[in-house]
Amino acid sequence: MRDNTGAIVGGSRVKSTLLGLMTWAIALIIFFPVFWMVLNGFKEEADANTNPKLFFDPTTAQFDEVTSNPAGLLGFGEAFSNSFWAVGISTILVLVLAIPAAYSLSIKPVAKWRDVLFFFISTKFLPVVAAILPLWIIARDLELLNTRLILIILYTAMNLPLAVWMLRSFFAEVPKELVEASQIDGANLRGQITSVILPIVAPGLAATALLCVIFAWNEFFLAVQLNPVDGSTVPIWVTSNVSTRGNFLAKLSAASVLATLPVVLAGWAAQKRMIRGLAMGAIK
Amino acid sequence: MVTQVPFLFSLWYSLTDWTIVPPSPREFVGFDNYTSFFDNQFFREAVWTSILMTVFSVLLSVVFGTLLAILLDRKFFGQGFVRTLLITPFLIMPVVAGLIWNTQMFNSSFGVINWLLDAVGFERIEFVTRFPLASIVIVLVWQWTPFMMLISLAGLQGQDSSVLEAARVDGASSRAIFFEITLPALRPYLELGTLLGSIYLIQVFDHVDVITGGGPGSTNVPYFVYQRSIGGGWQFGQASAYSIVVVIASIIIANFGLRVLSNLLEGEAAA
Repeated sequence: MRDNTGAIVGGSRVKSTLLGLMTWAIALIIFFPVFWMVLNGFKEEADANTNPKLFFDPTTAQFDEVTSNPAGLLGFGEAFSNSFWAVGISTILVLVLAIPAAYSLSIKPVAKWRDVLFFFISTKFLPVVAAILPLWIIARDLELLNTRLILIILYTAMNLPLAVWMLRSFFAEVPKELVEASQIDGANLRGQITSVILPIVAPGLAATALLCVIFAWNEFFLAVQLNPVDGSTVPIWVTSNVSTRGNFLAKLSAASVLATLPVVLAGWAAQKRMIRGLAMGAIK
Repeated sequence: MVTQVPFLFSLWYSLTDWTIVPPSPREFVGFDNYTSFFDNQFFREAVWTSILMTVFSVLLSVVFGTLLAILLDRKFFGQGFVRTLLITPFLIMPVVAGLIWNTQMFNSSFGVINWLLDAVGFERIEFVTRFPLASIVIVLVWQWTPFMMLISLAGLQGQDSSVLEAARVDGASSRAIFFEITLPALRPYLELGTLLGSIYLIQVFDHVDVITGGGPGSTNVPYFVYQRSIGGGWQFGQASAYSIVVVIASIIIANFGLRVLSNLLEGEAAA
């Protein structure tokens, strides 16, 4: 990263240190709710449901409780496996569909590729809520309510426009000469994509896949409307830990930690790529 | 296709009087559903709430995100770690974010914010009950500031440092450099952030559901349509009419959005 200190805030060392400290302070404040959630996950209910306590006897009791299967309710294992399949398969489908689309929008642009790209993106402008009624009716008539399949289909549709858009910009960075050279060498389309293009766009592909995973894993609206009984995913499982009777803060926190952990870890690991993927890729 | 076909169904349903529970035959009523809700006070409130919610959360997160990006785009101790802390809220599941803020930050008996207010001698405030819209906007801004920060950060890092160097050598003040060089260079990135943010934030459902459950003053249009249909109202004909209005509004916003995108592509072609 470049040093822009001088450019933006002007010189002195003291000032620079102060700004560093200020950034630290802001970051800690912004992160605090997450920290507090983790802390509460390790508390007894009695410690969580009282004036905020920083020091307490940590326990993993809440984690044991939320992961054990409560009678008749949506279980931890069930929700995680539903989410895993819905998110995993839809992300793979998105990539399988988006790669050829991105190819034909950038490397070998089809006629009117701009209109095609706009059409892809325009589907993203339709609020899901406007589509939910007919979706619900169609799903009911096809007997897809409360199945993993309906979520796989919808998550694929939901993430596809963004994926095409991002991948197109990554593909556009592949040097044209390289593609042409491989063509002269007699590589067919598949060979071109797998041996020339994919290695170059791999980081972009990872960023795109990660974003699809984040959006699908965190999706609540479609899941709760279409799969309230079976095939429920992790977000629904989290809300099932809110109870109107008795204390639930510690349990809810423990469940939240488990639910957010996969995506948070993935996001932390890939943050630099995400910066590129989100903006550089989207603009270039 | 998956989103366009249902839309055509919606269009048809919106012209019918169709209540699922109790079941009633679907009747064609023409534009009654449309004329009836323009004077529906609750719908008008929902539209107003949607506008406020989207505008405030997008604007605030763009401003905060850009400021944080500027702070982060400098060398200081623990830079990578600080960036990691800052992006975390964007990765948190919206349902979890809403619940955690609601039960552990805003809550008047166990919430951290109220505990702090109490400690410095102020009265405890029932945030969610008294300021439902503001509470939701706070959580939205908390989640979307990191996203805007990432986009601005990419813009700042893509800046040509030789231009900055030249400006400094020419004796430009740091304020002038920021407003004359950095900000214009950031513009496409900020537009992109605003556009993406608006697309997602106009559709907010999860946060409303878990923070206020659509309490007074916090029902936005998506939540309103939900309440009128599968959320308990079961008036599919009328709810479809509402969602058609949402679509028309989206088309207007989308037009603006596509113009922004088109400018971005023009820029690419020129570059």
